[in-house]
Amino acid sequence: MSAKLLEVRNVTRRFGGLVANSDISLEVAKGEILGLIGPNGAGKSTLFNLIAGLYPPTRGNIVFAGRDITRLSAPARCALGIARTFQVVRSFDSMSVIENVVVGALMRHAGARQARHKALETLELTGLLARADGPAVELTPPEKRRLEIARALATEPELLLLDEALAGLTPSEAREGVELVRQIRDRGITIVMVEHVMEVVMPLVDRAVVLDLGKVLAQGLPSELVRDERVIEAYLGARHRAA
Amino acid sequence: MASRETASQGATATSSEPHIGLGATHQDIDHAASLIAFARRRHRQLAIAALAAAIFALLPLAIQDVYLQNILVLTLMYAALSQSWNILGGYCGQISLGHAIYFGIGAYMSTLLYTHAGVTPWLGMLAGGAFAALVALALGYPFFRLRGHYFTIATIVVAETGLLLVLNWDFAGGAQGVQIPYGPDSWAHLQFARDKLPYIYLALGLAVITWLVTFVIEGSKWGYWWRAVKDNAEAAESLGVVVFRSKMAAAALSAFFTAVGGSFYAAFVSYIDPDSVMGFQFSLLIALPAVLGGIGTLWGPALGALVLIPLTELTRSYFGGSGSGIDLIIYGVLIMVIALARPEGLMSLFGGRPTARRGR
Repeated sequence: MSAKLLEVRNVTRRFGGLVANSDISLEVAKGEILGLIGPNGAGKSTLFNLIAGLYPPTRGNIVFAGRDITRLSAPARCALGIARTFQVVRSFDSMSVIENVVVGALMRHAGARQARHKALETLELTGLLARADGPAVELTPPEKRRLEIARALATEPELLLLDEALAGLTPSEAREGVELVRQIRDRGITIVMVEHVMEVVMPLVDRAVVLDLGKVLAQGLPSELVRDERVIEAYLGARHRAA
Repeated sequence: MASRETASQGATATSSEPHIGLGATHQDIDHAASLIAFARRRHRQLAIAALAAAIFALLPLAIQDVYLQNILVLTLMYAALSQSWNILGGYCGQISLGHAIYFGIGAYMSTLLYTHAGVTPWLGMLAGGAFAALVALALGYPFFRLRGHYFTIATIVVAETGLLLVLNWDFAGGAQGVQIPYGPDSWAHLQFARDKLPYIYLALGLAVITWLVTFVIEGSKWGYWWRAVKDNAEAAESLGVVVFRSKMAAAALSAFFTAVGGSFYAAFVSYIDPDSVMGFQFSLLIALPAVLGGIGTLWGPALGALVLIPLTELTRSYFGGSGSGIDLIIYGVLIMVIALARPEGLMSLFGGRPTARRGR
């Protein structure tokens, strides 16, 4: 395996009495697509937000490119090369599509003109160029998901965190989304994606970590995990018993 | 418009052909065209502004009536003040209804420096602006942890507290206020007893400067950051925007120019007391033109002032003494009409801008 880009070391996060993440450790290698999966309430989003810097862990450390980033704010992490999307799309609705992306591009391009150029490139990659001058608020839901990805990519990250970016899409939209994720990886960007639907994520990822009840249940190659008894139990257990 | 069509044609070609990297030169040309179209839109704004400034520079030569000249001064001044308010309230989305405190700081700083130490109001104006910016930072430090309405309520409370402080401050004349002594007309002292014309040009200069500052900001990093903060602070942070620092910068800049406007007003009326420069009505009058014209837009404050100020001044004089409070009724009715019919403000009537219309 190539060099580690991200390391989560024994991370625990409590919300009041609820332990959302309990002693989670995992590694992300440079250049891979890692899937973070698990049933509802497994703690995927919490872990995701801990890596993105939305809130700090109660215990444990997060190391990015050899640097301890546990206490760094979200903007500081963005400057180091971590970008994210949100599960519930958060576009800047008073702005045009390209202006949304310019906000991200300003991370590494101080001049508005260069930032705009970068934004155009990113919109092209994400297939939104035709909508560049239109209001962000008028995008369709799948387009808004692409806008989130475009905005994050415009910050020129090393690590891209995708929070259910493929959820709620039609099969053909999901296929396009999968294609986009591959293209992003081919540009040398490491990807961690949280996904609820196994069918979508398993063919795409190099490796997956399965969370259940706030703990790492299993991790490994997708082909191994889909046959893992514990994973099947966590996902299908209730349904199996009912049947 | 032609260049926009070219851009969208090129993009349609790409979306039907997802593999990027093909026809790179074609795309480069499209990007260049898009960038040129953007620069052209910016230049057009500058041209419109130059034209508007020229009209307002010539207008006073045609208006001889002192009363109408007075309205012109106030209209230009409120355009400048509301433009300053718009930086924080419109672009950064932090609605302040306490800007009277910065207005008052400007008015008192230049006036007290002039009457007590003989300092020219030009320097007093800068001192007032700088002090107001510091006060804005000191207030922002705790207040920018508050969200939405709570922030607005805090700004009202602080402005009222400032009013009470000045009312009880003997050095500043207490409730009686301060009279700027009459002297010969002088640019150095900003005193013109016989002629309104210099005040018109000073107010016009202030309106032009605040417009230009906003124009530059709109095309700069801060402009994008502030609007991102307004729309969604969490998403902004994920893209590297330091939200707290952004709000602080907007507050300081907004307070600076509001205070400069206050210094100008003091020189213009040459008599200030706490109620006449720090009363709550100033906080409203500073915010209203932007709300009426289009909050967070480049032209909203000027357009709003152009409608609001002459309307209230004229009705006030029409109803005379029997109509005190009529202007307040007009504000109320205007706010209701705007909120119901055009929540985006009067600027939304001009649909020319291809960018977002909602929420701005």
